[in-house]
Amino acid sequence: MSDSKVTLKLSGLEPLIVTPESNFVNVGERTNVTGSRAFLRMIKEGDFEAALSVARDQVEGGAQIIDVNMDEGMIDGKEAMVKFLNLIASEPDIARVPVMIDSSKWEIIEAGLKCIQGKGVVNSISLKEGEENFIDQAKKIKRYGAAVIVMAFDEQGQADSYERRIEICKRSYDILVQKIGFPKEDIIFDPNIFPVATGMEEHNNNALDFFRATKWIRENLPGAHVSGGVSNVSFSFRGNDKVREAMHAAFLYHAIQHGMDMGIVNPTMLEVYADIDKVLLEYVEDVLLNRRSDATERLLELAETVKGDGKKREQDLSWREKEVKERLSYALVKGLTDWIDEDVEECRKLYSRPIEVIEGPLMDGMNVVGDLFGSGKMFLPQVVKSARVMKKAVAYLLPFIEDEKDGKRSSAGKVLMATVKGDVHDIGKNIVGVVLGCNNYEVIDLGVMVPFEKIIQAAITENVDVIGLSGLITPSLDEMVTVAKEMERAGLDIPLMIGGATTSKVHTAVKIEQHYKKGQAVHVLDASRAVTVVESLLGAKKDAFVSDLKVEYARMREHHEKHRASKELLSMEGARANALKIEFKQEECIAPSYVGTRAYLQFPLKDLVPYIDWTPFFQTWELHGRFPAILNDEVVGQEAIKLYDDALHMLNRIVEENWLTANAVAGVFPANSVGDDIEIYTDESRSEVLYVQRTLRQQTKKAEGQPNLALADFIAPKNAGIKDFIGGFVVTAGGGLEKYLEQFEQDHDDYNSILLKALADRLAEAFAEKLHEIVRTEQWGYANQESLSNEELIKESYRGIRPAPGYPACPDHTEKVGLFELLDASNITGVTLTESLAMYPVSSVSGWYFAHPAAKYFGLGKITDEQVRDLSERKGENVEIMRRWLSSVVQ
Amino acid sequence: MKTIYDILQERILILDGAMGTMIQRHSLTEEDFRKGWFEDHPSPLKGNNDLLSLTRPEIIKDIHRQYFAAGADIAETNTFSGTTIAQADYSLEKAVYDINYQSAKIAREVADEFTAAEPHKPRFVAGSIGPTNRTASISPDVNDPGFRAITFDQLVEAYAQQVKALIDGGVDILLVETVFDTLNAKAALFAIDKVFDEIGKVYPIMVSGTITDQSGRTLTGQTTEAFLISVSHIPLISVGLNCALGASMMRPYLQVLNQKSPFGVSAHPNAGLPNEFGQYDETPEMMAEQIREFLDEGLVNIIGGCCGTTPAHIRAIAEIAAQYQPRQTNFSNTKV
Repeated sequence: MSDSKVTLKLSGLEPLIVTPESNFVNVGERTNVTGSRAFLRMIKEGDFEAALSVARDQVEGGAQIIDVNMDEGMIDGKEAMVKFLNLIASEPDIARVPVMIDSSKWEIIEAGLKCIQGKGVVNSISLKEGEENFIDQAKKIKRYGAAVIVMAFDEQGQADSYERRIEICKRSYDILVQKIGFPKEDIIFDPNIFPVATGMEEHNNNALDFFRATKWIRENLPGAHVSGGVSNVSFSFRGNDKVREAMHAAFLYHAIQHGMDMGIVNPTMLEVYADIDKVLLEYVEDVLLNRRSDATERLLELAETVKGDGKKREQDLSWREKEVKERLSYALVKGLTDWIDEDVEECRKLYSRPIEVIEGPLMDGMNVVGDLFGSGKMFLPQVVKSARVMKKAVAYLLPFIEDEKDGKRSSAGKVLMATVKGDVHDIGKNIVGVVLGCNNYEVIDLGVMVPFEKIIQAAITENVDVIGLSGLITPSLDEMVTVAKEMERAGLDIPLMIGGATTSKVHTAVKIEQHYKKGQAVHVLDASRAVTVVESLLGAKKDAFVSDLKVEYARMREHHEKHRASKELLSMEGARANALKIEFKQEECIAPSYVGTRAYLQFPLKDLVPYIDWTPFFQTWELHGRFPAILNDEVVGQEAIKLYDDALHMLNRIVEENWLTANAVAGVFPANSVGDDIEIYTDESRSEVLYVQRTLRQQTKKAEGQPNLALADFIAPKNAGIKDFIGGFVVTAGGGLEKYLEQFEQDHDDYNSILLKALADRLAEAFAEKLHEIVRTEQWGYANQESLSNEELIKESYRGIRPAPGYPACPDHTEKVGLFELLDASNITGVTLTESLAMYPVSSVSGWYFAHPAAKYFGLGKITDEQVRDLSERKGENVEIMRRWLSSVVQ
Repeated sequence: MKTIYDILQERILILDGAMGTMIQRHSLTEEDFRKGWFEDHPSPLKGNNDLLSLTRPEIIKDIHRQYFAAGADIAETNTFSGTTIAQADYSLEKAVYDINYQSAKIAREVADEFTAAEPHKPRFVAGSIGPTNRTASISPDVNDPGFRAITFDQLVEAYAQQVKALIDGGVDILLVETVFDTLNAKAALFAIDKVFDEIGKVYPIMVSGTITDQSGRTLTGQTTEAFLISVSHIPLISVGLNCALGASMMRPYLQVLNQKSPFGVSAHPNAGLPNEFGQYDETPEMMAEQIREFLDEGLVNIIGGCCGTTPAHIRAIAEIAAQYQPRQTNFSNTKV
């Protein structure tokens, strides 16, 4: 006779049974790109062998489940998840334990579920997006055969009190058990572990509420389990590992007593409960259990005296005692400019010629920086600060050098850098320039929007060793092909580096390399790779490097060709037949308060700050991870905190001193769809067409029941007799930027220059978010009425999307021209379009507003030439021209 | 009338024996596999046994008849390779519906004949759902372990077609068998659950895994218990083991299922291991004696035979099984 199904049973190649008597189940957390920079790097570099060894180490180290997370903007999360899980399947020493598929994206979770033969755990789902979504996902999880972590999160937000925690968990549980018949024992709650001792009174009960909620769940929701990420609780004490380790141990002790039976714990950040110093333990528990009103202050005070490793907060000036060459090296590595002039002056007197200071101690110091960066021990923001020190030192020496006759500095090589014609994005290019400069390369930066003639001419006259091209928008990919072809025609053989967010190794291999046979084109993934590539291109092993590269690119072309051939696309007729057919109702197509545009000029910057999404900001600096968790990251946390502090400091000045001008225009117009087009009318009579927006339709063969989307599907068709509307907007936060950039550049301060550009970009995105809210609730007002009418409709306040031309749902940049004209955007906001249709100032965002509840973001995917011809005809545009604009999406 | 669940409480049910072994007795030619259906098919079809349900239905019906006469309660349809994936080897994807529908239909007819003649012993038809010839968890290319020759979605699509046709043809039970890759089985269960949703009706499901050797693991490396856990998310009438091993070698793994399974337990072992000519030479008596050990320990609810077994084997097994009580199982938690 068997035991019955009351316990949580999971499996990899071997079973994992979690009974009420089981000890705490430890979930391995290293195979998570958001938590481990090292792992992220392996995935980004495609080093899956190393990634597998991380998983293997964890299992050998005692992890009973491994959490796998591939949520990172710069990688294809779905593809990485599938590949990694498939590889794990062939490694019996890893695959023996169950997998926890961890993602905030349902499509990644589902892709993962399709790869595991055992019974794993989904991490996580919640009521955040409403009951319907929750039920749908839970049903599928049940059908795939996995357990599930449910976050205490609902339509109103994350549970932050005892009452909210139990309310949401109870509601989730009842839905799962009663409506879906989800096995009770397969439900694992994550009731949110939040930091304590933050200094804010409302956080004092954070741990206690978690404990109480855990106990309540285990007593009132039969079969259910409780899990959580423990390190969050000690967030306020980052930098003080001794206190953190004690807090984790004490938290875990109490949480387990209250019934937590699974969790993500970093074993290296965990003290043994019994070994915690008695006084420290008492103070920690005072905080966790909120036993006294002054618990936080007391622990903070104590923390100052029990600092363990790795926290030297007070400024240590002992390095000033060292001899001057060492001081220079120290200042370079630490990025300290305070004493640089006096140290350089002192050093200059030691050498017969000023140039020797640069070639000697300064370059030695920069070599240390380069080595540390190359080995992953320094991060980009630090390197940029080091470069600032170097530039200041050089600037100080320059007048002395010029007094000499032959003050020519010897460099490792000359690199020409340029953002290609039509594109204005240069943060990445500047970062690469800085990193190369740190490694003793002479960098000639031609700036942005550089035509190929100028690049070629400068390369010849300056006799450069390498050319680096950068660009961010998709048309730049084509421009890079042009540059390569022209270099070939000019008979150059200078190596050509390709970089920038939309560039890729595949694109370089397939589209660029073949056009530049005399020289060699090479893709550079990010700034940290630039030095290695240049060294390889100029060094003694160049021939081997180039021939390896040729083989690799040839293989990629072959693979690409095969892959391409295997992808099945529908005809236009087929795709249109499978369009999304919304049943439009007039009451869902809400008229705006008035038809036409409204300008938002000199918008208060301080109102934008709360809308900033910080995660992409850190990505700009090649620090990867989600904000705010990144501040707590084991590897990059310290640097992220410093960078964040600098950013907040500058942001404060931007706001207080009005550095930037934020302008926007938004408009709402009567519109109806006609096939894949959207007709936009001058007024409510709908008799005169103001503009026709041409949308593109997905042609990928879809699973049954999945439509082939075009944006036009979200607008009521003309023949349906329903009055529908569409909106459009352009925002910028880049006005006035140049003035400050110039100041920084004069001061040789790349760090602050890049910081300012990155912040301006963030403010523009924040403005787009804020403006969308204003439009939803006021200018168009479709969401306002609903949220007023009925609490249940609160989630509808997020109704609607704002896809941008040039981005996945509408990769056709040429639609920007019409959008700008429709809104008279250039006159109102000052934002103009370059010939490649990049927006200038760079820190600008534009897009369309769709308000229908069914409107959602999607990626167009690949399309056929048939659609390009069709589109050209609809637009009345030359087909060759459209082919060029759409080359990155045409199969 | 008693349901299959009622009967399972009362006695051990007997599953039939090998289909292939019985077909081999007929020395069939290429012509037999084409007759009336695939006369002009460009490639050879001999060996594609599932086609015989269409081209020589009387042979298949006769095999079902022999097994029922020997004491089998459940006949398996002749559809082990009845998916578009397996039929792709013969370029006969288009024949999949007919194969499953007709195979189910003829088994149904024979079962109904027997039930009419012996109402106290109703006969059942189990739609046989094989593993296909591709694995979703293993790469066929040793140099590229991340590669997969088949995806979960492709399997679900193929299995859903097979399941619909089997149900249209009139099966009582769905039998996902010879599971050597649990991910394939999970795709089959996913497809079955989906089809149930679509038609608004459910059928009992049997799942039977294959432990490949005495390491005690499936081809894809799972232990018996891990396999059981991985397929327990769908209510099953039974979970069991078949193929690869003879009865005595299968026993330790059946003991695991007996201990851990919340469902019924089934077994249909081979007639021993194949000899050097690929033939199975355990006699009905030898096999029945080994199975007696299962029965002594009360390990199973359903017992039958796989490769190399014949009506004589099934008769011997049925005679012994009749003397024993079935494994105690509470089927209430295995029904939908």
